[in-house]
Amino acid sequence: MNRPEKPFRRKLDIKNGRVDLSHGAGGRAMAQLVADLFVAAFDNDMLSAGNDQAAFDVSEGRMVMTTDGYVVSPLFFPGGDIGSLSVHGTINDVAMAGARPLYLSASFIIEEGFALSDLSRIVGSMAAAARDARVKIVTGDTKVVERGKADGVFISTTGVGVVPEGLNLSADAARPGDKVLLSGTIGDHGIAVMSKRENLTFDTEILSDSAALHGLVAAMVAAGGPGLRLMRDPTRGGLAATLNEVAASSGVGFKLEEAAIPVRPQVHAACEFLGLDPLYVANEGKLVAVVAPDHAEAVLTAMRAHPLGLDAAPIGEVVADDNRFVQLTTAFGGGRIVDWLSGDQLPRIC
Amino acid sequence: MKFVDEYRDGELAKKLASRIAASVRPDREYAFMEFCGGHTHAISRYGVEDLLPANVRMVHGPGCPVCVLPVGRIDTAIRLARNPSVTLCTYGDLMRVPGSNGTSLMKAKAEGADIRMVYSTLDALRIAEAEPAREVVFFAIGFETTTPPTAVAIKLAEKKGLNNFTVFCNHVLTPSAIQNILESPDVRDLGTVQIDGFVGPAHVSTVIGTEPYAFFAEEFQKPVVIAGFEPLDVLQAVAMLIDQVNEDRHEVENEYTRAVTAEGNAVAKAEVAEVFELRRSFEWRGLGEVPYSALKLKAKYAAFDAEARFDLQYIPADDNPACECGAILRGVKEPAECKLFGTVCTPETPMGSCMVSSEGACAAHWTYGRFRAASRVKRAS
Ligand code: SF4
Repeated sequence: MNRPEKPFRRKLDIKNGRVDLSHGAGGRAMAQLVADLFVAAFDNDMLSAGNDQAAFDVSEGRMVMTTDGYVVSPLFFPGGDIGSLSVHGTINDVAMAGARPLYLSASFIIEEGFALSDLSRIVGSMAAAARDARVKIVTGDTKVVERGKADGVFISTTGVGVVPEGLNLSADAARPGDKVLLSGTIGDHGIAVMSKRENLTFDTEILSDSAALHGLVAAMVAAGGPGLRLMRDPTRGGLAATLNEVAASSGVGFKLEEAAIPVRPQVHAACEFLGLDPLYVANEGKLVAVVAPDHAEAVLTAMRAHPLGLDAAPIGEVVADDNRFVQLTTAFGGGRIVDWLSGDQLPRIC
Repeated sequence: MKFVDEYRDGELAKKLASRIAASVRPDREYAFMEFCGGHTHAISRYGVEDLLPANVRMVHGPGCPVCVLPVGRIDTAIRLARNPSVTLCTYGDLMRVPGSNGTSLMKAKAEGADIRMVYSTLDALRIAEAEPAREVVFFAIGFETTTPPTAVAIKLAEKKGLNNFTVFCNHVLTPSAIQNILESPDVRDLGTVQIDGFVGPAHVSTVIGTEPYAFFAEEFQKPVVIAGFEPLDVLQAVAMLIDQVNEDRHEVENEYTRAVTAEGNAVAKAEVAEVFELRRSFEWRGLGEVPYSALKLKAKYAAFDAEARFDLQYIPADDNPACECGAILRGVKEPAECKLFGTVCTPETPMGSCMVSSEGACAAHWTYGRFRAASRVKRAS
């Protein structure tokens, strides 16, 4: 009796191998990469079925869907990597609607010559992040581009989730008098990446705050219910960009207290050194919520009871303002605007 | 913030503010020019104005290196960058400064010029070493603080025998600019600009010391207080200036004793003196040609001088006629008095250099301070 032919003659050389153009060409090499690396790591029925799409039942109520591309450089940074980031970031975008994230898709654009060991590390970290978050990566795609046409690997993920009955969070829902709650310290992710890029070293390493926030969100929804107006995760452009967006959508202004905004001393010091303002630095595991005044205390208590909200703080309130300014009382005692970021935040030169 | 920084302490600031409020004479106005962009930035960033009495006014000065660079120099850099063999290394802020006819380094880069953003002269030197086939030019700007690192880089390039590294030198000098402002008709004869004293440079003074300011204090009878770049430094300096004015003194005082000495940094000064010499004259945006106000490379280092290597001729060019940067840099106008401020000109689409750097008066006012104008309008209506 003949044994069935083995699908792949040689094992994928994850230790020393590199991605080449054949890994994206649709032939056996690609099938092997998908099977041995992606399917093995993400490990779920829908993906293993080997279809070009994932099929699942639609639940009652409203669904949310979001998509995001990840191009972070360097790919590996203190506290995370592009893999975990691409899972957390998209889960968080789903969660900010108050939704429970269910499934993710993942699309990879890989540069020819990329080390399989690095790819495997990234895929492993994605799988772990998804597993911890109890979210499945159910479909995906792989493309390989010539050397020089990408920077190692780019990842796009799409997420879907369901919103609990009766919840309707929206950027235009902030009303004067509402309270602003922040879930923890700001600037950690941006500074962790920058410190790696600029080769900065600190006494205690600054780690990215990259984390999936849907657990925290669920606790807040339970505590705040209809008193929750909106939630946002302040990623690119930092807290400043997020609050300016909300101010524009809701047609209101904000008054913040700088002294109330938590910033780690090391992040503060690094910002000084780099000439950055923590309000503009990206976060990947923090959220800011606008809550009706009579629900603020309950939501804050729920946040502080969750491991990702230990440092949660009320940082200011919504005010009526036709100019839609985000104003800040500085720790120094003066006032100023927190404007949109223009261009890149660059170090001062003298 | 949880990080308590002693130079930003709100409690100390409150105490100092009430001391200032008690010391000002109600029957007069006080106007002090903060020379440096670093101070302009600190004042706006921390809302220092809110802690000053209504009759104490800060006038922004020309100490922002990006702001004072004239259009002609930006044009020259763009021409240089368009040379296919050249890699131009520049600070990020310079990328967006408008040149003539709506050009900028940013646009030249998009059109294919090899322009790289760097954080220091040494970054540029590294690029020159790594890419020997490229003519690497460092677009050097800045006051006395940034000059020593440029001198060090040039000497390092010489030591390493690099023959593809040059510097396009635009280093300028603080004392000549202050003197120019004090001698301007606006201040001296017409009295259209009131300046009762100066908040003197922080970092610049760590290099040159406090001595160079003695001349102004004496000749123009204006007090100078050297101050650090933290908001408490500025507040303290204002308190010291008010005391001097009230007591009719005009001395050079040093608030920034933690870093500045009378003589400055002898080693840094020696490095600079070895590599650079005075230019007979240099054009400043806002101030025009100012004699002996800038540096160039000595003939001995001509091999590292981009102006010599590429035979760069300076072609003066006019600012956008509606842009008031010039008047703002002289303290004659305020940003909000410019018709383009906040309409055509914002940090996203700057029409003048003062809207580019975060140390520029227009950018600082737009980014941090424009709510004040808005609330004034509201109160008036
Ligand atoms: S607002 Fe713009 S155009 Fe007007 S003076 Fe300032 S930089 Fe120039």
